[in-house]
Amino acid sequence: MLITKSAAELGRLIAAREASSVEVTTAFLDRIDELNPTLNAFLHVDREGALAAARAIDERIAAGEQMGPLAGVPIGVKDNFCTVDMPTTCGSRMLEGWVPPYDSTVVRRLREAGLVIVGKTNMDEFAMGSSTETSAFGPSRNPWDTDRIPGGSGGGSSAAVAAHLVPLALGSDTGGSIRQPAAVTGTVGIKPTYGGVSRYGVVAMASSLDQPGPCARTVTDAALLHEVIAGHDDMDATSLDLDHSGLVDAAATDDLTGLRVGIVDEFRGEGYDEGVMARFDEAVRRLEALGAEVVTISCPAFTYALPAYYLIQPAELSSNLARFDGMRYGLRAGDDGTRSAEEVMSLSREAGFGKEAKRRIIIGTYALSAGYADQYYGQAQKVRTLIIEDFRAAFERCDVLVSPTTPTTAFRIGERVADPMAMYMADLCTIPSNLAGNASASFPIGLSDDGLPVGLQVIAPTMEDTRLYRVGGALERDLEAEWGGSLLDRAPEAKGE
Amino acid sequence: MAVTPEDIARLAGLARIQLSEQECRDLAPEIDVILESMAKVGEVAGDDVALTTHAVPRTNVFRADEVRPSLTPEQALSGAPAAEDNRFRVPAILSED
Repeated sequence: MLITKSAAELGRLIAAREASSVEVTTAFLDRIDELNPTLNAFLHVDREGALAAARAIDERIAAGEQMGPLAGVPIGVKDNFCTVDMPTTCGSRMLEGWVPPYDSTVVRRLREAGLVIVGKTNMDEFAMGSSTETSAFGPSRNPWDTDRIPGGSGGGSSAAVAAHLVPLALGSDTGGSIRQPAAVTGTVGIKPTYGGVSRYGVVAMASSLDQPGPCARTVTDAALLHEVIAGHDDMDATSLDLDHSGLVDAAATDDLTGLRVGIVDEFRGEGYDEGVMARFDEAVRRLEALGAEVVTISCPAFTYALPAYYLIQPAELSSNLARFDGMRYGLRAGDDGTRSAEEVMSLSREAGFGKEAKRRIIIGTYALSAGYADQYYGQAQKVRTLIIEDFRAAFERCDVLVSPTTPTTAFRIGERVADPMAMYMADLCTIPSNLAGNASASFPIGLSDDGLPVGLQVIAPTMEDTRLYRVGGALERDLEAEWGGSLLDRAPEAKGE
Repeated sequence: MAVTPEDIARLAGLARIQLSEQECRDLAPEIDVILESMAKVGEVAGDDVALTTHAVPRTNVFRADEVRPSLTPEQALSGAPAAEDNRFRVPAILSED
């Protein structure tokens, strides 16, 4: 079956003309037709556009053109990446139906590498959330249990990849929005080093934290996609000029001899599910068996990462979301000829933003307001410095850090909606890497007692993204040898409506 | 110090969101709990700690100042709620008196 094959394998089949991109793309589009009504992973599917792109790739390959390893492979794109040929809503009424006038750099690179964009995936509104429940277009559902969340904000991408609606997807990670959805769906999610992948044309949430990255079913697939989308972009002033060529090779590692692994002492104990910790402890023993040396490392400032993040991120997003004012694009409400521009702005923002967006804009406005900025925003920026110093000290003693990606497995839809603090806790372990800008990933390591997936977070220093792939690749190979296949093979067979 | 619905209305005014009175009443206790939890950042970092605004600092990122293709007026106006004569049409910004 084409849909269960990895992106790497599909790319090989298409390049060897053993399967056409049209056949492959059709198989995934049919799967989307069948399951998307249940999963709500995609907000927009462009069947015609995808098939036209697939036909063009097939023609180029038939003409003898040498294309990249993912040419002709379908992909889903999170709905905060600008696409000239599809709406880009960010899961918000504010941008419902909006078609951007340009492509994001990452999307342009996908097209240049011959990937076939089949549609746009659901997300929490403007990426604010850990469950997709703040999407104005309804939550996505977890293929492992459709009463549960697929994580967020990139829950559409994780659900789509886990349910084989696409072999690959794009995410963006501000506080865990790639890694937490990967953990709770049994998929692979990578947050590259900040600046490794261009943010140009990705609708900004918190600019100093946002980082696009790959969502995949296998470590090699994530590495292949990472190599396509990474690289310097002069349209993004925070873009770094890094060498990304070694990621796929790193994913082929099967030996971790000499690798120094640090367990983050602050990310275990009370509040962590027993089943999550059991799988985590087993994964650590597995890393040791593969040759790694394991030590426990204390990073005391990590205890303050969550409060620091929930001040810095709302502060930045309250500024970024100021651009949605109903004047140049997006929703305009109340413009009946009697109201001033300022009144129309206020009415448009009231009508266009959902509850969580309003909540965070208010918190950000408070944290930046006169008399409170030093106490909240300033203090949070100091905590950020302390977290960076903790990482620096930790990486003197070890090559990577590990923790559970999330304290719990996927929670039920509706369970945390009325309790923002409980929702924010889902990002507890993933946030420090956003504050410090380093590379971080989540890899599937098994099922908890409740039968739901558990993820291992691996954290590498800034610009050392290859280490993530080295650890992820070795771990995946070893686990799959024991399981006799991938973790997703054990997911319940998804059913259409 | 508890956050009141009046505080929320004032902040919403600064953020240009016309919240209803009910929304202000609902948000006040929620924001209060959140801010109280976040106030924990005050416990650790003293005057001797520098601020971090960007984790991977870069300075003076410039590109060559050369003309290159940009959006056409049609593209720029393609998402406009209202447009006229190749310009965005917006409600009155200045009052008549």
